[in-house]
Amino acid sequence: MDMKVEKKKLNLKDKYKLLTRDLGWEPSYRSKDEIYPYVKYEGLKVHDWDKWEDPFRLTMDAYWKYQAEKERKFYAIIDAHTQNNGHLNITDARYLTALKIFLQAISPGEYAAHKGFARAGREFAGVGTQVACQMQAIDELRHAQTQIHAMSNYNRYYNGFHAFADARDRIWYTSVARSFFDDSMSAGPFEFMIAIGFSFEYVLTNLLFVPFMSGAAYNGDMATVTFGFSAQSDEARHMTLGLECIKFMLEQDPDNLPIVQAWIDKWFWRGFRVLGLVSTMMDYMLPKRVMSWREAWEIYGVENGGALFRDLARYGIRPPKGWDDAEKAIDHMSHQLMLGLYQWSFGTAFHSWIPSDEDMDWLSAKYPATFDKHYRPRWNHIKKLAAAGTPYKNFGLAKLCQCCQLPIVFTEPDDPTMLCNRETTYKGEKYHFCSDGCQDVFEHEPEKYIQAWLPMPALFQDQQGDIGAWMDWVSLKDGTDNGDYAGSEDQRNFQQWRGLATSNQ
Amino acid sequence: MSTVFIALQANEETRPIIDAIELDNPRAVVHRQPAMVKIDAPDELVIRKQTIEEQLGRAFDLQELQINLITLSGNVDEDDETLTLRWNS
Ligand SMILES: [Fe+2]
Ligand SMILES: [Fe+2]
Ligand SMILES: [Zn+2]
Repeated sequence: MDMKVEKKKLNLKDKYKLLTRDLGWEPSYRSKDEIYPYVKYEGLKVHDWDKWEDPFRLTMDAYWKYQAEKERKFYAIIDAHTQNNGHLNITDARYLTALKIFLQAISPGEYAAHKGFARAGREFAGVGTQVACQMQAIDELRHAQTQIHAMSNYNRYYNGFHAFADARDRIWYTSVARSFFDDSMSAGPFEFMIAIGFSFEYVLTNLLFVPFMSGAAYNGDMATVTFGFSAQSDEARHMTLGLECIKFMLEQDPDNLPIVQAWIDKWFWRGFRVLGLVSTMMDYMLPKRVMSWREAWEIYGVENGGALFRDLARYGIRPPKGWDDAEKAIDHMSHQLMLGLYQWSFGTAFHSWIPSDEDMDWLSAKYPATFDKHYRPRWNHIKKLAAAGTPYKNFGLAKLCQCCQLPIVFTEPDDPTMLCNRETTYKGEKYHFCSDGCQDVFEHEPEKYIQAWLPMPALFQDQQGDIGAWMDWVSLKDGTDNGDYAGSEDQRNFQQWRGLATSNQ
Repeated sequence: MSTVFIALQANEETRPIIDAIELDNPRAVVHRQPAMVKIDAPDELVIRKQTIEEQLGRAFDLQELQINLITLSGNVDEDDETLTLRWNS
């Protein structure tokens, strides 16, 4: 019985060849142009699709085997989390704000990425690319499902989780991520690859997932660590697909360079704005913080992004146009956006709060050049108002950027005391932008962005500006889902249940 | 010089894999963080099946790395024996 006969196995390269490229065929009764109508549409020139190869050489049989194992690991831990009241192990219920934003804004993005890759897999003309896109489409669907499943356990106990699909469609801050994905899906297949495969997966995903998962681990949230790891185990493959696709485009024809560069400029800036939400999570929303947004940017933005663009320089690619403005924004963005979220907290399906003195000391240590000078005085003023019983609420509606859809709360790159606001008049209508980067994107494709669905105009169109009716429409329960964490039902329940769990009362 | 890196979940399966990576890449720096291990190396990192098998005491298919992978950077090349990460700059 101990005799083990090694089966003769194909080597990886031969197996990859047999199970991907050899599955293709030459069409005989329809032309390739008819079968793949969009491959020439964007002006990209491709001469030899077989030059594209997955460097992991993953084939479908191995894919199913490893994905099944990931699912088994995932559900073993999720079951244990549910069975053992895992929700009471988190540091405190403030942490849930990060999860609510994730569920409302990011998980639906996973689903959108699934649809986008399913389409890209159909439209690219090379078998290697088709197979890799098909795997990624299934991965992204799995990410959406496992995330919703993992977080559904919190929905049994806490507010703000119950209507994430309505929030995704209708609430204002989720439209930042939603418009990013809709923008990419309504582009051609090559631009979609640069948008999601390259800019989002390669340049930005580390900044989203790695700190988010470490944050979950630091804050005792086993469910999120698990879905994060399970999803992230696919991301290395997605990042690699994104990088291979960009190299493929650049190697196929020198005429592709300016098209690719323009997409890199656009999608870096679009992605950087989506990450604004992540910066607030890292600096403000984790009761126990992992690293500051600035520190994460140093590792995954400056160091890793720098290495990437030095590598791509051999093709004539330069770092994205908005790179320097991004660097200048790093020490300000989380503070500016969190101040925005706090003042409009009547309209968020999550809680925000005034940072404690201890939190502010941490922020000033992490942001020595900016926090005490520009942001601590504002928080202290807001704190005084709250103590006097007149908390600072802004019941006006935010002016949104026509491109990234964030409220216009950011400052000039070189003057943190001056709000940055750009305007473009197009066909007699005036449009507003948060930055030069967003204005550039609009001016390059105005016909696309004048069609953008913006949540604030929708409030007036559909609800005649009636905030109560709007709350019903977005499934936001006033006084329960929104407002300050201090005094919220989530805070009361968590303290009470944790008390019950750790005492004999 | 550019840094390549690979990050793996910290668990019983990856402990010998991380040891193997350290053995094969003397210039690598291992950062142990909560629930994950990130390994940085200047310009290039090589992961060898044979070294992992020696550490693990069983046969190992390099594609098994997929299960515990968190993230990586650099151009990837994988065959039966090695997985290489490299920046060309
Ligand atoms: Fe994903
Ligand atoms: Fe992905
Ligand atoms: Zn904008």
